[in-house]
Order: sequence, then structure tokens, then C-alpha cells
Amino acid sequence: MIASTLPDVTTSWYLILAALLFSIGVVGVLVRRNPLVLFMCIELMLNAVNLTFVAFARKLGDIGGQSTVFFVMVVAAAEVVVGLGIVVAILRRKPNATTDDMAELKG
Amino acid sequence: MELFVFIVAGAMVLGGAVGVIVRSHPVHAALSLILTLFGIAVLFISMEADFLAAVQVIVYAGAIVVLFLFVIMLLGVDNAEDLRIEPFKVQRPVAAVVGTGLLTLIGLAVWASRGATTPTVTQSDAVLDAATDPANSNIKALARDVFSDHVLAFELTSVLLVIAVVATVMLARKPKPGEIGLAVGEKAGVK
Repeated sequence: MIASTLPDVTTSWYLILAALLFSIGVVGVLVRRNPLVLFMCIELMLNAVNLTFVAFARKLGDIGGQSTVFFVMVVAAAEVVVGLGIVVAILRRKPNATTDDMAELKG
Repeated sequence: MELFVFIVAGAMVLGGAVGVIVRSHPVHAALSLILTLFGIAVLFISMEADFLAAVQVIVYAGAIVVLFLFVIMLLGVDNAEDLRIEPFKVQRPVAAVVGTGLLTLIGLAVWASRGATTPTVTQSDAVLDAATDPANSNIKALARDVFSDHVLAFELTSVLLVIAVVATVMLARKPKPGEIGLAVGEKAGVK
């Protein structure tokens, strides 16, 4: 009785939630200046896309979307490892560097 | 029931995401990130992606956020950033415009395609076999898909991980005296 009045959670709901999450990540990348927080915002965007993949995998009945998410997670782990290595290298030389200071990088 | 789970997990996801970008302290931002990643794991379970939910908790909320916290503690950069400083006057309005514009575009695309016909997907027989298994159908189907249809991509990701580990060791290593460092030359260009 109650269940019939409640709306169904369709794929579009998940897509809108993922869009919100992705937009928050974009705003974070544009606004924040701490390089570590920038990486966290990139993780937010990757997770928004993962949510979209799983939502479509369920809608289409195709497990391929879920295996794509698996690969995205592996690549995200590699990206975080390399990115944090670079951040450690920069911050060790210049403590409290922000992204503005990284504009001075040259070879 | 699914509606209730969706609302609670969605609130966790969005609250954590907002926390990441408004908390000035990097440790608080990392903890908010855990909230978001956990909410996404809950959503994965409600979409019957059991294995991915487990991997999400173990790899993301476990390994990656711990790596973030480790770097924050290791470098001692855990001092709060003053968020009132705005380096460029137009930065935040532009960011807000870009964010809402992106959200509007994706929202319009979702709205326009809400009644679109779903294409039929033909999966390989191995995956279909595994998906009919009453127990652990998600994990078995995913394993069949990864290890049969995408086995080359799977091997390439292992190569990618090895390359990433070697590159990080090279980046983070302090060069010996007399040796030219790769990225962190202690002698070259110390500020």
C-alpha cells in the first residue's frame, strides 16, 4: 500500500545524483588551491562516472559496465600513486605550496 | 525500500562531496571523502553490484584515502587553508557558473533521454551462463567478463600498475650525493 504510492528509483535518479557529484568535483577543482584537495575532487569526479556506469549496467542488463568500473578503479589507484608522488616531491621542496606556485615549474 | 536507501546514501554522497570542497583542513576533506565513497558503495549494493561495493570500500575508502592521510601526515601540511583568500577575483563566480552550467547540461540530457528505448545487449555465453547462477551471480558474471572478454585489458592494467609503482619510487627517491636527481634534485634549484 505504502510501496505503491512511493515513486520508483529509476536510472535517471542515479544519473542526476552522479551529475550533481561530478559538478561538485568540477567546482572543487576550479576553486581549491591545495594540491591534495584537488586530487580528492578528481576522485569525486571519477566516482560520479563509476556511478553512471553501474546505473547503465543495471538498466541494460550488461555486466560490461561493471567491469569498466573495475578498470577505472585500477587506473584511479595508479593515478593517485603517481600524483601523490609528484605532490610529495613538490611539497618537500616548497612546504605549503599551492597550485599557484606550481605555475613556476620549468625543466 | 530502495527509495529510502537512495535518499540516505545520496545524502551521504552529496554531504561528503560538499564537505570535501568547503572544509579548509585537508584531513577533514579526506574524512568527508570517505563519507562520499561509502555512500557510493551503498548505492552499488542497491544496484546489485556487490563485488564493486566491496572493492569500493577496500580500495577507495581503505587504500586510497589512507594514502591521502599518510601523505598529509608525512608532509605535515595539515594546517588549514584560509578559504577567504581568493587569488583571482572572478574565480569563484566562474566556477559556480561552470558547475551549474554543467549540471544543467547533463540534467537536460538525462531529461531528454528518459523515455529512450534501451538497446539490447548481446553478451557472451560464458557471462550469461554465470549470470544464471543463483548464488554469487554478480561476482561470477563479472569474473567471466573480465577474464574472457577483457583479458587483454586486465593484463595491461597490471603493466600500468607496475609502471606507476616504479615511477613513484623514482619520483620520491632522494638522489645520492653526486647523482643527478630525476625530479627532486636536492641540489638543483633549492628555493
